Amino acid sequence: MTTTTDSQTPVAVDPNLVTVTIDGIETAVPKGTLIIRAAEEIGIAIPRFCDHPLLKPVGACRQCLVDVAMPDREGNVRPMPKPQPSCAMEVSPGMVVHTQKTSAVAAKAQHGVMELLLINHPLDCPTCDKGGECPLQNQALSDGRATSRFTDVKRTFAKPLKISTQILLDRERCILCQRCTRFSKEIAGDQFIDLQKRGASQQIGRFDEDVLGFAPLGDATVGPAAEDESGRAFASYWSGNTVQICPVGALTSAAYRFRSRPFDLVSTEAVAEHDANGSAIRIDHRRGTVMRRLAGDDPVVNEEWISDKDRFAFHWQTAPDRLTHPLVRDRAEDGTRGELRTASWAEALEVAATALAAARDAGGVGVLPGGRLTIEDAYAYGKLARTALGTNDIDHRARPASAEEESFLGHAVAGHGIDVTFGDLEKAPAVLLVGFEPEEEGGIVFLRLRKGTQAGRTRVWSLAPFATRGLERLDGTLVPTAPGLESEVVDALATGTDEPSLAALREALGAQGALVLVGERLASVPGSLSAVLRLTAATGARLAWIPRRIGERAGVEMGTLPGLLPGGRPVSDAAARVDIAAAWDVTELPTAPGRDTDGILAALAARELRGVVVGGVELGDLTDPVAARAALEAADVVVSLEVRASEVTDLADVVLPVAPPAEKSGSYLNWEGRVRAFRQALESHALPDHRVLDELARHLGTDLGARDGNVLRKEIDQLGAWDGERVAAPATEAVAPAAVAPGTAVLASWHLQLDAGRGQDGEPFLAGTARKAVARLSAATAEAAGVADGGVLRVSTGAGRIELPAVVTDMPDHVVWLPTNSPGSAVRAALGVLPGAVVQITAGTVTTTEEA
Amino acid sequence: MTSLTPILTRSWGDETPWKLESYEKAGGYEGLKKALGQSQADLVQLVKDSGLRGRGGAGFPTGMKWGFLPAPDGGPRYLVVNADESEPGTCKDIPLMMADPHLLVEGVAITSYAIGSHHAFIYIRGEVVHVYRRLLKAVADAYAAGHLGKNIHGSGFDLDVTVHAGAGAYICGEETALLDSLEGRRGQPRLKPPFPAVAGLYARPTVVNNVESIASVPAIVRGGADWFTSMGTERSTGHGIFSLSGHVTRPGQYEAPLGITLRELLEMAGGIREGHELKFWTPGGSSTPIFTAEHLDVPLDYESVGAAGSMLGTRALQIFDETTSVVRAVSRWTDFYAHESCGKCTPCREGTYWLKQILHRLEHGKGEAGDIEKLVDICDNILGRAFCALGDGATSSITSAVQLFREEFEAGMTQPASELFPPERSALFDYTPRRSAGAAAGAVHA
Ligand SMILES: Cc1cc2nc3c(=O)[nH]c(=O)nc-3n(C[C@H](O)[C@H](O)[C@H](O)COP(=O)(O)O)c2cc1C
Ligand code: SF4
Ligand code: SF4
Ligand code: FES
Repeated sequence: MTTTTDSQTPVAVDPNLVTVTIDGIETAVPKGTLIIRAAEEIGIAIPRFCDHPLLKPVGACRQCLVDVAMPDREGNVRPMPKPQPSCAMEVSPGMVVHTQKTSAVAAKAQHGVMELLLINHPLDCPTCDKGGECPLQNQALSDGRATSRFTDVKRTFAKPLKISTQILLDRERCILCQRCTRFSKEIAGDQFIDLQKRGASQQIGRFDEDVLGFAPLGDATVGPAAEDESGRAFASYWSGNTVQICPVGALTSAAYRFRSRPFDLVSTEAVAEHDANGSAIRIDHRRGTVMRRLAGDDPVVNEEWISDKDRFAFHWQTAPDRLTHPLVRDRAEDGTRGELRTASWAEALEVAATALAAARDAGGVGVLPGGRLTIEDAYAYGKLARTALGTNDIDHRARPASAEEESFLGHAVAGHGIDVTFGDLEKAPAVLLVGFEPEEEGGIVFLRLRKGTQAGRTRVWSLAPFATRGLERLDGTLVPTAPGLESEVVDALATGTDEPSLAALREALGAQGALVLVGERLASVPGSLSAVLRLTAATGARLAWIPRRIGERAGVEMGTLPGLLPGGRPVSDAAARVDIAAAWDVTELPTAPGRDTDGILAALAARELRGVVVGGVELGDLTDPVAARAALEAADVVVSLEVRASEVTDLADVVLPVAPPAEKSGSYLNWEGRVRAFRQALESHALPDHRVLDELARHLGTDLGARDGNVLRKEIDQLGAWDGERVAAPATEAVAPAAVAPGTAVLASWHLQLDAGRGQDGEPFLAGTARKAVARLSAATAEAAGVADGGVLRVSTGAGRIELPAVVTDMPDHVVWLPTNSPGSAVRAALGVLPGAVVQITAGTVTTTEEA
Repeated sequence: MTSLTPILTRSWGDETPWKLESYEKAGGYEGLKKALGQSQADLVQLVKDSGLRGRGGAGFPTGMKWGFLPAPDGGPRYLVVNADESEPGTCKDIPLMMADPHLLVEGVAITSYAIGSHHAFIYIRGEVVHVYRRLLKAVADAYAAGHLGKNIHGSGFDLDVTVHAGAGAYICGEETALLDSLEGRRGQPRLKPPFPAVAGLYARPTVVNNVESIASVPAIVRGGADWFTSMGTERSTGHGIFSLSGHVTRPGQYEAPLGITLRELLEMAGGIREGHELKFWTPGGSSTPIFTAEHLDVPLDYESVGAAGSMLGTRALQIFDETTSVVRAVSRWTDFYAHESCGKCTPCREGTYWLKQILHRLEHGKGEAGDIEKLVDICDNILGRAFCALGDGATSSITSAVQLFREEFEAGMTQPASELFPPERSALFDYTPRRSAGAAAGAVHA
């Protein structure tokens, strides 16, 4: 040590700091810091396995033992009789620590533990996924003995064990650090695995009697891991995290197992595209192919966790139906569509521009950019619509939406920057969820909420028809609410009520830091978003809108809504238009009120609009997929910017292939309003949407200036904030709930996190961990419909029907819940209705067979 | 010459000592009535003054442990009695509960009152079904007689007692593993702090005491601290049960003041079996380093045994004569620790697995060069590195045996223990060599 302060000099003593000496280096760290972290801070690495900064200490592996001495009452520093686990012991004033670097005792203890860890290890590093990035391998080299003295018989196990379709366990490699089980218990709340047996037979598993060689336990209180409704062994949406934090290769994923070696991989930091969080991920690729994705470390967003969807669902980007060349379709004289044929970019752009110009002049062109865009792409779409196409007919909401929602977004979301954050979620004393299932629709939002509830800081309430497993794991309180009645209950909360449970909730929402989280589903409940604004005004609770898709917030901010220009500027505001027109160097912006998604589709069907530019929209996601198809069929020209062929491709006149996330750079905007910039991971000829749009505009005679993403970002930044009026708050009336006649029920529905979404295509192992689609209804409703628990329920409308196993659930009567888009349950396509609609329910005829 | 002090064992020879009427006739529950008339603080002080030290092995002062509980905060606090007795050689709590369960129940009632607990648990080793039943019956009878339940003897003090049978794991005797097991979790020790006194059962302040510790309380209440300290040594006061097993003429439980010697105990027990002589013994169970005839006069109190290099532990004196192979004895004990290791920490889980294999080799005359050094070094890597005392205990007999009888381990390089020390010579009963698994399979359950 060279530059130490003179110990005589009085230093300002921060009462929250503790001064300790580690290997002769004095350091001050906050009270409560673990020795292992204090050492890290000053660059001293103590080997460890069970320790994980986001999990509670267990002190199980004993790899991190160090010598510790502490002052006694008289101030004499006394060594403790035996080495202590530095991962489990907090610093105390005057503590003197000697790690393996300065203590022979600590070094021997660590060598001893390492040798013991390896006696039963198969030492199969050459064939192990983890080899090359394995804490056991690395630390065995850095802190272990060169040779083993073990000459006896190793413990062996059959392997691998299938924990789920995705997660495989090699019990011989497992060092029983319990990181996986602690993650499952402490973070995810899914105890799908636990420790079993003891001593050298101790092992991780699902309590499978066959594996453990136990006689069946009958109805004993211990038993196999929880099962879902289908009787399938329970799997978790978060299980991939256990593979990542396993310090050896004991847990592997079926998707990545034996695919590559870490030293062959190139890693690119990136941002996940599957939900509105924009979780930090790392893409590992080899020779242009993505081999796997891992959670990145971003303390302000996803910490070190990601959902299995963000981890495993990436094959969609390179699926066989990936579009690689522009396509052009020739039409017959009478407009009949011919076959698509490959075309050059020059031809495709020329054809598209000519047809779009004609359609624009004949009535107009609508723009449906979809909800998955980056900031740059969304901005380019908005600019294209309002300059080259001269229209406000643009809406990125490829889902049920409403004018009320647009006002809500313009009023309470657009231009608000970062307001409620992930950090606020875990600190909020009270959180009310309205039309929002955090685990199914919010991804990592769920884990943050759970962090708060687990720490005893946060209480969660949910307005929903039933308590989901997610809500139960948040120790949440259900405010049973039939679909469509959200507005009524929220208004009761806003105006005050005598009903004791609601009164308690209202009071809780008045606490500093309380939050109301609303999901995109409220768009289809008239009056609900208006009521939510009244509630937050009345209680002072802060509001966050958490949509499902990564591009939703970018669309709101970049002006891909009919009534909004970038930065929350209302189209209806002349000053706002002037602002943007000046920035875009055009004389004026269109003033005619724009149509929303449903309006654009209706106008196409009515031939009021003649053309449409579509960006990666799945027709099945729209309010009425059948009507949407008819609308596109009626269009004179459909130009589609897509990564993969879709139903829209079948109707498109010009298909312009665009790059999937791994093949472009850009910035997502997550639900918080946080910019999530990412670099291009793979070399590719594919172009980002904004570049294609730039070319298209050029062919239309307009310069979008959208060729270069960085230039675009500068332009966006230069627009600055809007300090004029915002869109007025919506004041939509609630609609009286429909009457339910015998044999009918009100439909409730939301998306499950893992479902039939095309982003999960090509991932059978992941699909196997999805929750199975079931229909839920109350006992009385089931009885009235003549269905037993587990029997088949038929839900039908004039448009069609869905048959699923019925699960009797504690929920309001006359309500039936279906997953929105799961295998066998494509609600919008099959039934053509939205939640809140009245549907017929009867006993079904088909027995659904379970897929393997 | 020290003589026996039958206090806990007083009634064991009686006709039906386990019945409530027998117990009451002999003055049972008088201590409880007396205690209920005193202040809680006085009771805690009384036990502090008596110098009673935990009889579960570690010898921690019982009154001081009670005093560690934080001030009442209105929430529950618990007494948990550790009746898991599983240490090889230890056999005192089980016979005590078998013969005189009310003595424990009375101790539980007094202790609960003293520490302000309204719910006490007795965690009993599950294999001893008969003792479990007897204890259940005793608790039911005590409720019926008003010694437990609401408003005990009009004092206003309420107490519920739950008897819980464990599923048979040595580790569940470790107090924090016991608490996890009692809560319905996997029985593995907890990280400390927090200590049970602060956050024990259901994360509430909890006192965990051994059966014998708690059963000693009624007599202290009746006899007073001075009476108790009149027995034993200055720092190891009172009486305790010494369990003698193995090659003694009359094995069994001998209750005597702490500080008695093995020589004295052996005299009472009729000495080493006829025609044989003492070879080695454990002072406190298999987890304590072994002694030899050299230690016959070591006073069996915490300090003296400690000074002589072992531990008083649970006063489980397993006695072996010259016919016994140290290697085989140590190998059996090690099998036990390997079997009972809970698996939580690396040193104990993996270390006992390894030690067991080396010892098996040595026992069968198949030792390899360096095995003894390896044994000792592995023990060094476990002792003080393991998560709990089970791992430490696993090493005690090995290291001490190698020190005292190294030549026997060396012989294990070439000669099987069964040749050097034919097992039938050590057996107290007719020795039937184990049949091979194949031959036995058909015969079992015939
Ligand atoms: C592996 C292991 C097993 C133990 N088994 C017992 C037991 O069976 N009974 C017991 O009273 N204490 C046992 N203990 C000691 C307890 O942890 C604890 O110290 C004791 O119950 C405290 O009671 P006392 O203060 O009255 O002695 C065991 C400790 C360990 C490490
Ligand atoms: S499977 Fe991996 S994470 Fe789980 S206990 Fe074993 S080594 Fe640790
Ligand atoms: S020493 Fe470790 S493995 Fe052994 S019983 Fe204790 S905690 Fe379990
Ligand atoms: S890292 Fe400290 S005990 Fe495992």
